[in-house]
Amino acid sequence: MTERRCTDPVILNQWHPLHPADQMEATRVTRTILLEEPLCHALDANGAPLVWPSAGSAPRLDGSQPSPLPARLAYGFLWACLGTPPDDLFPFPETAEPDRRNLATGTFGVHVSAGRAIENFLDMGHFPFVHTGILGEEPHTEVKEYDVEIASTRDEVLATRCRFYQPKAAASSTSGAEVEYIYRVPHINCAILYKSSPNDLERRDAIALFVQPVGPEQVIAHTFMSVLDNDSSDTGIRLFQQTIFGQDKPILENQFPRRLPLAPRAETPIRADKSSIAYRRWLSSKGLTYGVIPAVAE
Amino acid sequence: MIRLYDYELSGNCYKIRLLCGFLGLAYTSVPIEFHPGRAHKGADFLRINPLGQLPVIDDDGFVLRDAQAILTYLAARYDPARTWYPVSDARLLGEVGQWLAFADSITATASAARLHDSFFHDLDVDAARAGAHRLFRILDAHLWFAEQEGRIWLCPAPQPTIADIACFPYVILSEEGGIFLQDYPAIRRWCDRVKRIPGFVPMPGVFPAGPGLPPPLTAGSV
Ligand SMILES: [Fe+2]
Repeated sequence: MTERRCTDPVILNQWHPLHPADQMEATRVTRTILLEEPLCHALDANGAPLVWPSAGSAPRLDGSQPSPLPARLAYGFLWACLGTPPDDLFPFPETAEPDRRNLATGTFGVHVSAGRAIENFLDMGHFPFVHTGILGEEPHTEVKEYDVEIASTRDEVLATRCRFYQPKAAASSTSGAEVEYIYRVPHINCAILYKSSPNDLERRDAIALFVQPVGPEQVIAHTFMSVLDNDSSDTGIRLFQQTIFGQDKPILENQFPRRLPLAPRAETPIRADKSSIAYRRWLSSKGLTYGVIPAVAE
Repeated sequence: MIRLYDYELSGNCYKIRLLCGFLGLAYTSVPIEFHPGRAHKGADFLRINPLGQLPVIDDDGFVLRDAQAILTYLAARYDPARTWYPVSDARLLGEVGQWLAFADSITATASAARLHDSFFHDLDVDAARAGAHRLFRILDAHLWFAEQEGRIWLCPAPQPTIADIACFPYVILSEEGGIFLQDYPAIRRWCDRVKRIPGFVPMPGVFPAGPGLPPPLTAGSV
C-alpha cells in the first residue's frame, strides 16, 4: 500500500470531490490537493476521468501517468479516492429527474476543517445574523423543534421538519415565506439540504455542499444545486449561491478550534445544535480522526 | 442611470458600491461572473474593457474602468459637498491621490493572497502576504499618528475621502488571504469607523459594525 501523508483510513477510503465536471476540458490537466497529496486530473480524449499523484514535474497527459487513482464523475463533479473506495457514492436521486437543473454553483478555498464546514451548513441558527435579508432576518430568529436521526434506509444523518422564516429563500423568490428544510449528511464531508421550491409546492430544491479536504484545517468547498427553476439564468443561480457562501466564509474561518471537537459537551448544546450533535456523534462512531479533535476514551 | 459592471465578491467592485451607498447614488448592477465563469475574460466583456478587469461603469454612455478612477469621477460629479474628492484643496487632493495609489498596492498584495486562497489563482502567496504586511505596518502607523492629532481618516480632513473607500475593502477582506489584522489596532479602529459612516453597505465577508459604543474619537464626525 502506498504511503500517504494522511493515515486515517476512515477518510482515506472515501470518495472525495475534486472539481466541477462542467469546468473540465478534454486533455487539459489541472492540479489540486487532496488530504495533503498533490494530484493531477484530466479527462482523456474520450471524456473518461483520470486522476494521478502529481510528481512535481510539468503535468502532461501522455499515457505515462503513474498509478492512476480510482476516479468517477457524479453529481456534477469529479470524485477520487486515495485508498480503497466504497463501490458506490451516496444516492442523490433528484439529480436524475429530467425537469431539474443541475449545476455547480461555485468552488472556494476556505481555511477550516471539513467537519466545521458541514456543521455550519446544517445550522439554521445563523441565518438571520449571517444571511440577513436573504435566508433569515430579525426578529425571526427562533429555531423551531425539529427531528434528527440516523436514517433507517442507509447510514446517514437525517434532520427533518426544520422550519424557518426566510425573506428570500431562493434566486427565484419574490417574497418572504416560512420554508421547510430537510438535511441529509450521506457522507462524512458532504451534506444536502432540501427546501420547499418557490416554483413547485410539492417538490423540493436540493442544495449540496461537497467538501474536499485539502488538509486537516483547509478545504475546498464545492457547492451544487439541483433545482426546479426554469426562469433564473445559470449565472443568476450561481451568483445567488456565491453571495450566500461569501457570507459564510469569514464565519467559518473564525471558528476556533478549526478542527471539529467530537467530545460530548465540548460546546454547550442549544436546539440549533441538535443536528450538529448528531453529526459529531456519527463521525465519532466511525472512528474519524483527521480534521477533528477526537473524543478521548478514558 | 449608472450601470456598474459588478461582481459581488470583488473588493474593487465593492469600492464603487460603497461610494454609491455613502452618496445615496442609485445604480444598476450588471453582474459579471468572475468566478467560476470567468465572464470578465469573455469576448462580450472584453469589448467593454479590453483589460478584462472589473469594475467598469457606464454613466449615460460615458464608460470608465478602474476602481480608483471611477471613485474620482463619481465623487467629483455627484458629491455636492465636495468632501469625498476635495478638488479645491490642492494638498489634500494630492494626499488623496497618494492613498489611491497605495490602495492599488494593497490590491497587488492582500487581494492577490485572497485570490490565491479562495479562488485558486496561481501566484507566490508568501510574497503577496509579506508585501501586504509591509503595507499594513505603514498604514497602521499612519493611522495611529493621525489619531494622536485627533484625526480619524486617512487624509487630514474632517470628513472621510475616497482614499478611505479605496483602501478599506482589501484591508477588511485580508483575513480571507491569511493576513490577520490582530497586530494592527489602529487599522482595526479605522475599519470600525468606516463601517459607521451613514450609508455604509456590507458585502459577503464584510459585516456591519457591531452594536456598542462608537469609537472614542469623534472629531469631525460624519
Ligand atoms: Fe450559511
